[in-house]
Amino acid sequence: MAMQTLTNRSKVVSNKKMTLWEKIYLPAIVKGLSITFFGHFFKRKVTFSYPDKQREFSPVYRGRHVLKRDDQGRERCTACGLCALACPAEAITIVAAERKPGEENLYREEKYAATYEINMLRCIFCGLCEEVCPKEAIFLTDQIVHSEYERPTFIYGKDKLVESVDNPVDVSKRQTKSVLEFKKNTGFAHNR
Amino acid sequence: MIKLTIDNIEVEVEEGTTILNAARKIGGKVVPPAMCYYSKLDCSGGKCRVCLVKVAQSSAKDPRPMPKLVASCSTMAQDGMVVQNITSPEVLEARKAIVEFLLLNHPLDCPVCDQAGECDLQDLAYSFGSENTRSREERSVHKQEDIGPYIQLNKNRCILCYRCINTANQLTDQRVHGMLFRGDHAEISTYIEKSVENDFSGNIIDVCPVGALTDKTSRFKSRVWFTKPYDAHRECPKCNGKVVLWMKGNEVLRVTAPKDKNGEVEHFICNECRFEKKEVSDWKIDGPRTIERTSVISLNHYTNIDKLNKEEK
Repeated sequence: MAMQTLTNRSKVVSNKKMTLWEKIYLPAIVKGLSITFFGHFFKRKVTFSYPDKQREFSPVYRGRHVLKRDDQGRERCTACGLCALACPAEAITIVAAERKPGEENLYREEKYAATYEINMLRCIFCGLCEEVCPKEAIFLTDQIVHSEYERPTFIYGKDKLVESVDNPVDVSKRQTKSVLEFKKNTGFAHNR
Repeated sequence: MIKLTIDNIEVEVEEGTTILNAARKIGGKVVPPAMCYYSKLDCSGGKCRVCLVKVAQSSAKDPRPMPKLVASCSTMAQDGMVVQNITSPEVLEARKAIVEFLLLNHPLDCPVCDQAGECDLQDLAYSFGSENTRSREERSVHKQEDIGPYIQLNKNRCILCYRCINTANQLTDQRVHGMLFRGDHAEISTYIEKSVENDFSGNIIDVCPVGALTDKTSRFKSRVWFTKPYDAHRECPKCNGKVVLWMKGNEVLRVTAPKDKNGEVEHFICNECRFEKKEVSDWKIDGPRTIERTSVISLNHYTNIDKLNKEEK
């Protein structure tokens, strides 16, 4: 019984002896090189030498995360845990803490994230954390997560994620016209 | 026994039953929500107006409809009564308006609040409320006060349901907190900041439908949907010792009384069980607690598997 094929592209292998013309190989090599030379040598290159030349990023490129501060320099994140809940890769871990009197200039709300960790090896950069955040605290940026030698170094803590007070990360390009329109609606509490 | 119809479903109840309890006998979607009524507490109900229903026919003897929507928690069922709850657009519209009123002064700090995820008002706002607010005024802000080492009071979140006051009245010998002032200025408080020191005072946390009263010993420890609930018990000289442990790994973060399908506690537990026993070795664990599939808490995945097993049997 002949074996049934899954596609019609299968070829029957034969063990027939090669002729002299085939045995000397040179004609086949010349044929192959001519395809390379005439077919591809004068075409425009599809690759580029990466570190010297870099592609332009889309304004909504989803790279490494940043935890934003508000205009008074206080951390916006209130450790509500919605990003960790929405995360399909379960890459985010948060431990919340209560703000003590005197820390009002550090944290925006009475609860804040004592630790905020993103495992960059787990993260798939889908942007759901950014989408779900009710406090506009987490954004994905156009920065790239650098390669490392050790696995633990890929767990980014607050030291790497929170933006510095003096050098804020600009995320205004990520906010589309409809987002800005939405922000004008003071009916929603977090827009006030 | 009397017969009445709620949303075209006929039900037979004893005389003297309220419409709400008759609907609870049917169960499911026809049960009106209740923010203040608590079947375990006397004198509760009639305050939040969330359970309003339409009575299309008062009784078999008097077939006229009732002139206004009535609070189902405090209206007695009559023989031959015809009640409309979710089948009446008028009721749904009224309920939406009531939720809007409840949210007028309720701060939108769900991301901070420990009750989020098991909050009755949050559920209510999701199912009936509008996502937008029309009020332009600032929400009222009360001065916060400390009511002891165990219970955290946030007056801004209080919706004045009086459940905790009824609990304190009925469970404890001496009530030390109550409602101060009137009308718009009403707030819940302990008189001259006396702390709540009764063996069963912790139960006001469980009866609170919002996050006004929360557990100070588990404050900000974890969001409720990251914890897993387990039924557990211990020998307790004060209460019957059956509780729900909310665990994260091997840590007991919070202890609450078990709640029934109406969201009411099955029995009250003492403060020692609730606040002092936070070690796994203090408890005998009976097994994971089944959480409703629609609840955010069931996002812990494993309860759904448990449910599937039960259905297969």
